[in-house]
Amino acid sequence: MSRLSPENVTIAEEIIARYPRPKSALIPLLHLAQEQDGHVADDAMTHVAELVGVTPAEVLGTCSFYEMFKRHEVGTYVVNVCTNISCQLLGGEELLHHAETVLGVKAGGTTDDGLFTIEDVECIAACTEAPCLQVNYRYRYHVTNDDFDQLVDDLRAGRATDVPEHGVLATVRQRIAGDRLAGVVPPEVATEAPVWLPDPAEERAR
Amino acid sequence: MGVNSYLAHAPGYVDNEGPKIVTGRFVHEDSHTLARSLATGGYDGLKRALEQSPTSIHDIVRDATLLGRGGAGFPAGVKWGFCPPGVWPRYLVVNGDESEPGTYKDRLLMQRDPHQLIEGSLIACYALGLSQCFLYVRGEMALAQERIAIALNEAYDAGLVGTNILGTDLSVDIVLHWGAGAYIVGEETALIESLEGNRGMPRLKPPFFPAAIGLYGKPTIVNNVETLANLPWIINNGAAAYKAFGSETSPGTRMFAVSGHVKRPGVYEVEHGTTTFRELLYGDNYCQGIRAGHELKMFIPGGGSAPWFFPEQLDLPLEARPVGAAGSMLGSGAIVVMDETTDAVKACLRVVRFFARESCGKCTPCREGTSWEETILQRIHDGLGRPGDIDMLLDIADNISPGPYPTAADEANGLDAVPFPPKQTTICPLGPSSVAPITSAIRRFRHEFEAKITARELIPVEATGP
Repeated sequence: MSRLSPENVTIAEEIIARYPRPKSALIPLLHLAQEQDGHVADDAMTHVAELVGVTPAEVLGTCSFYEMFKRHEVGTYVVNVCTNISCQLLGGEELLHHAETVLGVKAGGTTDDGLFTIEDVECIAACTEAPCLQVNYRYRYHVTNDDFDQLVDDLRAGRATDVPEHGVLATVRQRIAGDRLAGVVPPEVATEAPVWLPDPAEERAR
Repeated sequence: MGVNSYLAHAPGYVDNEGPKIVTGRFVHEDSHTLARSLATGGYDGLKRALEQSPTSIHDIVRDATLLGRGGAGFPAGVKWGFCPPGVWPRYLVVNGDESEPGTYKDRLLMQRDPHQLIEGSLIACYALGLSQCFLYVRGEMALAQERIAIALNEAYDAGLVGTNILGTDLSVDIVLHWGAGAYIVGEETALIESLEGNRGMPRLKPPFFPAAIGLYGKPTIVNNVETLANLPWIINNGAAAYKAFGSETSPGTRMFAVSGHVKRPGVYEVEHGTTTFRELLYGDNYCQGIRAGHELKMFIPGGGSAPWFFPEQLDLPLEARPVGAAGSMLGSGAIVVMDETTDAVKACLRVVRFFARESCGKCTPCREGTSWEETILQRIHDGLGRPGDIDMLLDIADNISPGPYPTAADEANGLDAVPFPPKQTTICPLGPSSVAPITSAIRRFRHEFEAKITARELIPVEATGP
């Protein structure tokens, strides 16, 4: 239930500075909040609102639209089993049923130990590798029931090293060194054609 | 020329025989690195572009007839021409929010060759005077985000992005932006809303398309990942060389993801416009036929939004115009193949459920209609269907998309094809897309729906008491 840490505020300010309008940074900052706490806490939303200069209600409005943002605690590992058409044809629903049986919770639920949340998700773009799933957005392909059991064992034992905790997406951030930055182009300010266009008159004539 | 097999380091991609315009580097395990990119001609297209005038680059792209790869298939060079003259700044938004059921070409392009996408984006910025670029990647694609972040960091350090690119006047920042799980954000105006920090709900168009009024109300070009990935090759080799592949109206190559009941599902780069569905589904160079002991029942030719095709349509070429005339669309290059074991009602329900879950809620016919479609299909599937349910489904569908809905011809039943696209009572095509599986399945397999409804009527009612 926390606001962004000082380190994350620094990152947030870097992100905001890349956009012509601060509100554009809202979704990236919500990801940052989720990375920090595993879910998007109420206080974090209020903090994000202060950072981008909108009301907390506006942040909630955006946050609640997007499925990846969890506004309550979820498992350390969110297991997303695809059941959309390509996976359904090759056993996606059976895999989901197996997952529910093994972990003892229905899709949408979290195990009592707080380790796993299962979700029944829409197409995750690995259709030729059906049935497939993601654990914290890391893929597993052609998943059999045995594969699933093994995955659960590995996650419990900390052996799935490619899977970070829930909330972490890319493990590398974009960074732009000050001397390489071309600079944001606010819609209100730049009224001239960019310098590399040789002849604005020619452009206008087209 | 490929080795015609899967690549262990690129799950799903089949390195088949044939021209390679966008997947050429995939054979290299380190294709995502700047070193490999530069060693294999990476950024040569940008260098070549910078030696020519921006106008001439636009002309080359227009001459190449590069069709947009996001789904609508509109020529990119023409779309580029819609920017109103003299209005600045202009922005580029790269649409990497790939979520159409069955589709995954953009994810591979972003994961396996991020520098090709960066290069293509910069070429577009140079040609049109786009001052800043936002690369919107689907939220669930963590590896793609990571690879692009690394690639951008490398490219910035190497002077390939940012201020004074390659020592020229071209100065453009590319900002990596992630989505957060919403199919509708793949629609270009919803993408812009999302990029402005709002709920991803589409804007009304026409009259104002993003090229005129887009991000922050300024001219904005929204291009699909695969579209931009074609640009380096086109600039390096010219429009004529590009048009040497494929057909006259659909030149070049296209990536197709074929999934479902085929022997060798995979993502293939296919010569556009000349290859037929039959070659792709049955050819040795491609999917090698339906899985052993089974036969084709139906296939979705262009992602979940496309009306279904049947064995009679197999000889159509992979080209927008004939596919549209035959009653469907190539959409986002996703083909889902279903054999005779597939329950048409269940398959229809699953696709409709997707649209019901992903409806953004802005337009009433879609918000209410898709939910009711799902509810009714679910009860038919569960054996609880009612006698009027099929007609009610079609009636709801007609409220979302009035008039005859695009469908394939069915000669056995004396039904003609209804050409694409559908009409719509909604702002964007999501609602009308939910009608595609319904009309396709009911028109062809009405007996399967009726059988489930009738079976319910036969369930004896036992007296319970007292």
